[in-house]
Amino acid sequence: MAEKTDTRVHRPHIPSPARRRVNRLGRGGFQAATIAFFTIFAAFPFYWMLIATFKTNQDLYRPLNNPFIFNQPPTLDNLKLLFNETNYTVWIGNSIFIGIVVVLITLLLAVPAAYALARLSGRLGEQLGILMFMVYLIPPTLLFIPMSRVITVLGLRDSIWSLILVYPTFTVPFCTWLLMGFMKSIPADIEEQATVDGYTRFGAVVRVIMPLALPGLLTVVVFSFTLTMHEFIYALAFVSISAQKVISIGVTSELIRGDVYFWQSIMSAGIIVAIPVAIIYNVFLDRFVAGFTLGAVKG
Amino acid sequence: MAVVETVKLSKHFNDVKAVDGIDITIQEGEFLVLLGPSGSGKTTLMRMIAGLEKPTGGTIKIGDRVVNDLPPRLRNVAMVFQSYALYPHMSVYNNIAFSLRPLGMTRQQIDDKVHWAARMFSIDHLLSRKPRQLSGGQRQRVALARAIVREPDVFLLDEPLSNLDAKLRAMARDELKQFQRQLGVTTIYVTHDQVEAMGMGDRVAVMSNGRMHQLGTPQVLYQSPADTFVATFLGTPPMNLVETDSCLLGFRPENFLPEAAHPDTPHPLVIDFHLTRVEFLGSDRLLYGTIEGADGPVKVVGDLPSVIDYTPEPGTICPMMVDRRHLSYFDKSTGQRIAPTPFALRGLRDPAGTA
Repeated sequence: MAEKTDTRVHRPHIPSPARRRVNRLGRGGFQAATIAFFTIFAAFPFYWMLIATFKTNQDLYRPLNNPFIFNQPPTLDNLKLLFNETNYTVWIGNSIFIGIVVVLITLLLAVPAAYALARLSGRLGEQLGILMFMVYLIPPTLLFIPMSRVITVLGLRDSIWSLILVYPTFTVPFCTWLLMGFMKSIPADIEEQATVDGYTRFGAVVRVIMPLALPGLLTVVVFSFTLTMHEFIYALAFVSISAQKVISIGVTSELIRGDVYFWQSIMSAGIIVAIPVAIIYNVFLDRFVAGFTLGAVKG
Repeated sequence: MAVVETVKLSKHFNDVKAVDGIDITIQEGEFLVLLGPSGSGKTTLMRMIAGLEKPTGGTIKIGDRVVNDLPPRLRNVAMVFQSYALYPHMSVYNNIAFSLRPLGMTRQQIDDKVHWAARMFSIDHLLSRKPRQLSGGQRQRVALARAIVREPDVFLLDEPLSNLDAKLRAMARDELKQFQRQLGVTTIYVTHDQVEAMGMGDRVAVMSNGRMHQLGTPQVLYQSPADTFVATFLGTPPMNLVETDSCLLGFRPENFLPEAAHPDTPHPLVIDFHLTRVEFLGSDRLLYGTIEGADGPVKVVGDLPSVIDYTPEPGTICPMMVDRRHLSYFDKSTGQRIAPTPFALRGLRDPAGTA
């Protein structure tokens, strides 16, 4: 009896099973709509680039055409122009080469620096780390003028080596700061244990710290590679010979001639590079995010 | 297996004297416990012996070698950290084998050793697991197996049981002590837990503020504490201290019993005790109350075993008795132990009865 009274009293607060199902459906629908919106939002540029790549001029430029579909048969002419009449493959090669060399330089400098700042110098290390991060915040739009002097004096103008020299100036500070957070999150105990277990400090770093900092190292690789890929100002200011250009400059400077835009070729140039980068990014995304948030959580 | 000796060993962090002139000799095969509250310098002392901290002054000898300037890896010591510090990216097997790899052993030798150590701690079925897949007790065993596998000269343990729950801890204490006996390795064990110290140590060094207060067997420490710090740090509840006209008088709660319960002690000291509360703890009853000291009433505790079939009434004045042999005398100003001295106390039943 008492139980029955109880249920009646509480009934207004408890949705019936049917009601709950409706709620769940409503929530599910809202979720699906949100996901759909952002998926389209993110994927649409890719679709646009892809479809434009194969469109003829008449198809693309007639205002009466439906822009979302092919109104005329697709063509490969734009790709032919891109590969046969520009240095596109050379630019890709340059970008990848610069990316790899800059990643190596960054690792070589940032890993020891981050370890030293995290472990060896105590409070001072932390402040120096923040200071290094500040360097990263100075925009290239200010730095490219003095840098340009340096490049000229070194005789590196119009050479990809100018970019290899300059890019580490922003990848190294940021990656050092990023790795510092990682190194700090690795307990000092573990490293000390390794030194008691018969290893030198260097041995301990290589065998214990490095494997544990692997997510951080991967983050650094992905981050500095993509950063060099999309860098624009230095590449524009220091290199004007076609064969030494990188992808970000080559496409924009040589596929826009005066007021003539080779839209289809620009689009194809973009998507050919964007898809592999997007795939790599997604494969490493979890680790990448972990890399950025780790320092924040475990300060 | 080796003798470890420190001479005037000290470590200062800026102005803080973490370790302040410690002379201690740990015998071959001995189980020495460094006991003290947090911040007493016991861990710093151990870390200096391991080579993880550089001494500010003094020398450390392991065997015949002065090891002050040797890095940890050349000291042939093994250490178990409070956190166990297992390598999270390695399997249990590789954790244990890790310290053997720099020694230039063959794969077979390493394999034999790892299995020997793992069997010793009954973890041979866990060798392929990663540390995160182990329970707290298993992790602790892996840490111990990793420490013994190299057969070090000295075994350093930094509160290795503090991460275990209370039930496991008692068992682990017994096991650890047995392994140490079996291996006969000189062992230094840091803890703030007096039960561990008393139960495991061949000798115990009581430390506070970087100084060593007393070094001795658990019995000596308990029965004849060198000063008031040791007297009140050891024992639950700690030793009662009562200020008299000439000295500080110390007696353990379990020696402070109702006269009615022990009528025929040869040299009794009988004191009026204002009993306020009786706490029943199963095997014991704690008697809380005050006696008259030199500067007014002093809180003291008596510990009455439940086998004594007598319960005094709270709120009454109860004559309590201490055997004179169980009294400790301390200097009023320095707190150091002194020889028995005559004293006067207001609540005393037999004023003529001085020591």
